[in-house]
Amino acid sequence: MARVNTDFIDEVRRSDGFDATACMHCGQCTAICPMGLDLLPRRLFFYVGAGLEDKVIENLETIFSCLLCRLCEENCPRDVHIAEDVRFLRNYINRKVHKLARI
Amino acid sequence: MPLPIAPLLGFLSDNLTKRRSVMPMSSRKTTRWAAGLDIPAGGETVLYTGLMYQIIPALTSSEKTMSLVQDSWVGQLLSFGRTVNRFVNLTSFMPPADRQEQKRYDQYLRNIVQLLRKAGVTEFGYLYGSELYTGALVRDLGVDDAFEQHARKVHKMLDRQGVRRVITVDPHTTDMLRNVYPKLVPGYNLEVKSYLEVLRESEARPKNRLESEAVIHDSCLYARYLDTVEQPRRLLEKAGVTARDPEFSGKMTFCCGGPVESLFPDKAGEIAGRRIKQLAEAGNDVVTMCPICLHNLEKAASGNGVSVRDISELLLQAYGG
Repeated sequence: MARVNTDFIDEVRRSDGFDATACMHCGQCTAICPMGLDLLPRRLFFYVGAGLEDKVIENLETIFSCLLCRLCEENCPRDVHIAEDVRFLRNYINRKVHKLARI
Repeated sequence: MPLPIAPLLGFLSDNLTKRRSVMPMSSRKTTRWAAGLDIPAGGETVLYTGLMYQIIPALTSSEKTMSLVQDSWVGQLLSFGRTVNRFVNLTSFMPPADRQEQKRYDQYLRNIVQLLRKAGVTEFGYLYGSELYTGALVRDLGVDDAFEQHARKVHKMLDRQGVRRVITVDPHTTDMLRNVYPKLVPGYNLEVKSYLEVLRESEARPKNRLESEAVIHDSCLYARYLDTVEQPRRLLEKAGVTARDPEFSGKMTFCCGGPVESLFPDKAGEIAGRRIKQLAEAGNDVVTMCPICLHNLEKAASGNGVSVRDISELLLQAYGG
């Protein structure tokens, strides 16, 4: 059973680093991804939108596998800044899971 | 076994915070490419290498170390390594870079200086040992605290040196200095152009027409982050080089795999292999314009009958005279 984390939703909403609200889950990004990762980025954004933090963290390796090459953005009909959204999730994981926040 | 992500990220960001680079190198090694070129120190306009071409040969030796780490129990020790690395520069214990490789990558920077001068662009300096890496890798990996702190250091250094304009040599440094830093650093106001843009705007005239063909591998950053697609093609065409476009090109270019090299070398190799196949279908003489693309595609091309060259080499043959 998926667990919704409302703090996660709040943090994403407050941030100006993540914005996938325009995404309509058409899947063109996933079809063209050179890494061939079926998760990226459509389902990932669904998890974020639904506040499923566990699911996001479960896919940590996939999130760090993104090339940030923006080939997906070139095709995105809604102009979502997919690479920057993925980078936001890396930063989130680095703070919450890897504890890399303070130096 | 994949590389242990958290300790590796910690290792890279500690290096950036404490030693101002992900791959700390002596300034003797990062500046020796400029020997004998008489580039003035500093100035309002500087050629900014961002240390990218200098880092690649060192990276090759660390990749050998990392592939050992990836396949063995040594990986388990990396978290311990991070603690030690805070006090002792572990990078200095990595196998030394191959001298021939260092010379080759240094030569690309020398090519760029000569190209600029031949095009009549002579009024620029170089920051020598003061120059800093931009922190691009640490930002890509999402370690924003360490990156932002570093970006402020870089800005302070540029400010102290009185730099107003920079000419960059690679797309990663260009993106950081042109697109990313202005959003982070208050008061940042620098004009940033890559040498390809500067050459395109200049009166550069080829001395030799090459009458050859080259397959262009666009860098993702130049094509999609920096809108630099037309410039390299025009420069090559003027020099009599017919530019061949592979299956994915221009705005729709295909990554070389380099961005995931530090965490997932196997995946990076796989992507590079696919890209080399696409390029080879268009021809055997491939040109790149980013040291990371060059490095990754060269590795994947070995034994495939495809030659991969930095665009500066080809341009110098035509415009150098």
